[in-house]
Amino acid sequence: MARPADLLRKLGHATVERVWRLGFAARFFWVVLLYSGASFRRLPLTLREIYFSGVLSLIIILVSGLFVGLVLGLQGFEILQRFGSTEALGTLVALSLTRELGPVLAAIFFASRAGSSVTAEIGLMKATEQLKAMDMMAVNPIARVVAPRFWGGVISMPLLAAIFSAMGVLGGWLIGVVFIGVDDGSYWSQMQSSVDFRFDVWNGIVKSFVFGVAVSLIAVFEGYDSVPTAEGVSRAITRTVVTSVLAVLALDFVLTSFMFRGTS
Amino acid sequence: MSDDVLVDIEDLHFTYDGRPVLQGINMKIPRGKVVAIMGGSGCGKTTLLRCIGGQLRPSGGRVRLEKHQVCGMSQAELYNLRRRMGMLFQFGALFTDMSVFDNVAFPMREHTDLSEEMIRDLVLMKLEAVGLRGAHKLMPGELSGGMARRVALARALALDPMLVMYDEPFTGLDPIALGVIGQLIRKLNDALGATSIMVTHDIQESLLIVDYIYFLNGGRVVAQGTPDEIRASADPFVHQFVHAEPDGPVHFDYPAPSIRQEFLSGVRHG
Repeated sequence: MARPADLLRKLGHATVERVWRLGFAARFFWVVLLYSGASFRRLPLTLREIYFSGVLSLIIILVSGLFVGLVLGLQGFEILQRFGSTEALGTLVALSLTRELGPVLAAIFFASRAGSSVTAEIGLMKATEQLKAMDMMAVNPIARVVAPRFWGGVISMPLLAAIFSAMGVLGGWLIGVVFIGVDDGSYWSQMQSSVDFRFDVWNGIVKSFVFGVAVSLIAVFEGYDSVPTAEGVSRAITRTVVTSVLAVLALDFVLTSFMFRGTS
Repeated sequence: MSDDVLVDIEDLHFTYDGRPVLQGINMKIPRGKVVAIMGGSGCGKTTLLRCIGGQLRPSGGRVRLEKHQVCGMSQAELYNLRRRMGMLFQFGALFTDMSVFDNVAFPMREHTDLSEEMIRDLVLMKLEAVGLRGAHKLMPGELSGGMARRVALARALALDPMLVMYDEPFTGLDPIALGVIGQLIRKLNDALGATSIMVTHDIQESLLIVDYIYFLNGGRVVAQGTPDEIRASADPFVHQFVHAEPDGPVHFDYPAPSIRQEFLSGVRHG
């Protein structure tokens, strides 16, 4: 009898829980920023995280960037051919990468490669009382563990997105120019004349920076907030990847609608 | 008298999720002594330790450490105080991404401006004291449970603390490692002139090494005394604990309605 009421109650409970968690995450973000001083005063701490999150993500970024470029080259050529404008291939590849695919895909790969491992590391440090031990040694775990990982991610993300786009452009060139035979000169010159640095490239960098903040925050928050058991940490990792991907796609829509409204 | 008391706990209350965990604890930990806090699992021992270290805020009462009131301190004051405290966690809580050497060096590197050569000498001295100087290059994953506990002990003592807290230092150790840790706790406490609080349920080992024992049950101090007094105690709780009897003041059964009532009711409870 009480089923609908139960359902409503559960829905309400889940909603309140989500909102509460969101608020908690926002407060956590603030605390991380507050304790970020040490991440820059003691640069080796952050450099180490840039190595773990950024440098070690290079392989997946390089390879996937190349393949995305190859596919873009093929599909782009196939479509442009219908309009007899295959020399615009460079423009198509470069614009789709710098504006959208570079930042978005790089952020998604980054979340699954680096975000998940940051969550796992912090979650396991919590589960094995390492964070508590650090706190008892009068070392703030947010300043010493969380903030460097956060900034490591934020700094790595735009660089990785740029590398991703560059590899994609190279992939498009490889398939379009080397294999299919689009004119080499027009591939690059069309690209150069139609891609605006301030408008296209810079907006892409801004995007990837925003994604970097979002993905890194989600990763460190889920780790820090995880239930300190094997099951809890594994759930936290799943949540990191799922939430990051959704957040990146949603943010991308919002950013695109502001950045590229009514232009080109 | 009050100068000899390092930690003074008065009427300490702690409530977790509406459930009272500590209900009016009174304790005095004299300077230079090793004091054990004992009791069954879930009696609030570890909670008490967390309150002394300032990691938990009690819902009532006071904890005084030297001249400082621990409860209600700001984070900065608390961190200042904790530089003079060491804590050994139940399973060591070594930093798994650092070697044994770096683990022991961690508090020194974080809190002092000592040169690396100086830190190296100090770390090797600390490791020598726990008999693991030869293991300084190993990673925590390569250590046995007893060795990890000894490294954690060396780390807890890295800054020569005035107060060392041990959270279940004997759990999961074989009898030899257990004896080694017990002896080390006593020896290092006296050598450093520190004060030790040890939360444990290993009564036999504790009786050998400590100066004073508090028994906790249901969030209250139910008995206290020196090891000799404890051994001779006629208190039913202490007797049950010392002789490891399955039933007594501490019940074997989890509270439940009578089994007859349970069978007859036939309804599943959520």
